[in-house]
Amino acid sequence: MRGLIGKKIGMTQIFGDEGTVFPVTIVEAGPCVVTQIKTDKQDGYSAVQLGFGERKEKHTNKPMKGLFSKANLSPKKVLSEFEPISGFDYKVGQEFGASIFKKGDKVNVTGTSKGKGFTGVMKRHGFSGGPATHGQREYLRSPGSIGQGSDPSRVFKGMKMAGHAGVQKVTVKNLEIVKVDSEKNQLFIKGAVPGVNNSYVLIKK
Amino acid sequence: MNKLQEAVKEQLKTNIPEFNSGDTVELDVRVIEGDKERIQKYRGVVIARKGGGIEETFTVRKISNGIGVERIFPLHSPMLAKINVVRRGKVRRAKLHYLRSLSGKATRIAEKR
Repeated sequence: MRGLIGKKIGMTQIFGDEGTVFPVTIVEAGPCVVTQIKTDKQDGYSAVQLGFGERKEKHTNKPMKGLFSKANLSPKKVLSEFEPISGFDYKVGQEFGASIFKKGDKVNVTGTSKGKGFTGVMKRHGFSGGPATHGQREYLRSPGSIGQGSDPSRVFKGMKMAGHAGVQKVTVKNLEIVKVDSEKNQLFIKGAVPGVNNSYVLIKK
Repeated sequence: MNKLQEAVKEQLKTNIPEFNSGDTVELDVRVIEGDKERIQKYRGVVIARKGGGIEETFTVRKISNGIGVERIFPLHSPMLAKINVVRRGKVRRAKLHYLRSLSGKATRIAEKR
């Protein structure tokens, strides 16, 4: 399996050999169940669909119920498709856990970033703001000019301005796995992972 | 206990003596040089304890050749072989940063009885 669906538990630190401190994010990855196998013949592309987390029966809609009853599984909270490893024999109902990763692996983690609400350009786009001294009073965090004058007499589309920030799909690449607890299905990933605690993330090799 | 604390539970030390700010401690610090390992002593006054759980650290200040030296140790670090409490000090603050601006006799701390 090339990846898993996980649940972010939170950040802490662990000690490596020789006393090095690693800042780690603990992610509960698995058990993920194969819910559907997509093939070139039937679907036009090949993929393995994994499900993770339990969903209540009453919160599952009819098309989803159909999918799970066909696979003879209880409803799952999150579904995601992964690229299959060619030659590996996948079966519906097969389970994958954290043990597919090993210490030292580099992974990409995708999650939904924390919401920041309506924010200014400095926080949202990393603008430097106005000068802080020399009698400045009103332009400390302002964006500056947003375009020219009578020609073109409008603001171009896509201009970076203040607005809602966060709650976006964010991928952090090349994070190192420091420790794998295959019993509890926990991955200790070095560094920060997008999203709030208890949110779902995708971990890919 | 939540999952976060439980995940790092095995790295927590259980044999840490009780000590606070104002106490004088002698630490056995493991030093690795190449493939050799030895113990280095570090003795000084604890001026702060900070954080909780596995993230807890403490600061030890000493005067070395007339120069103030402060080292921050993670309490549960495997590099810290042993903590010896030499003397219990009587102080009225949790953080003794004021010791940095004092020198000589003024830095004395009364012993707790």
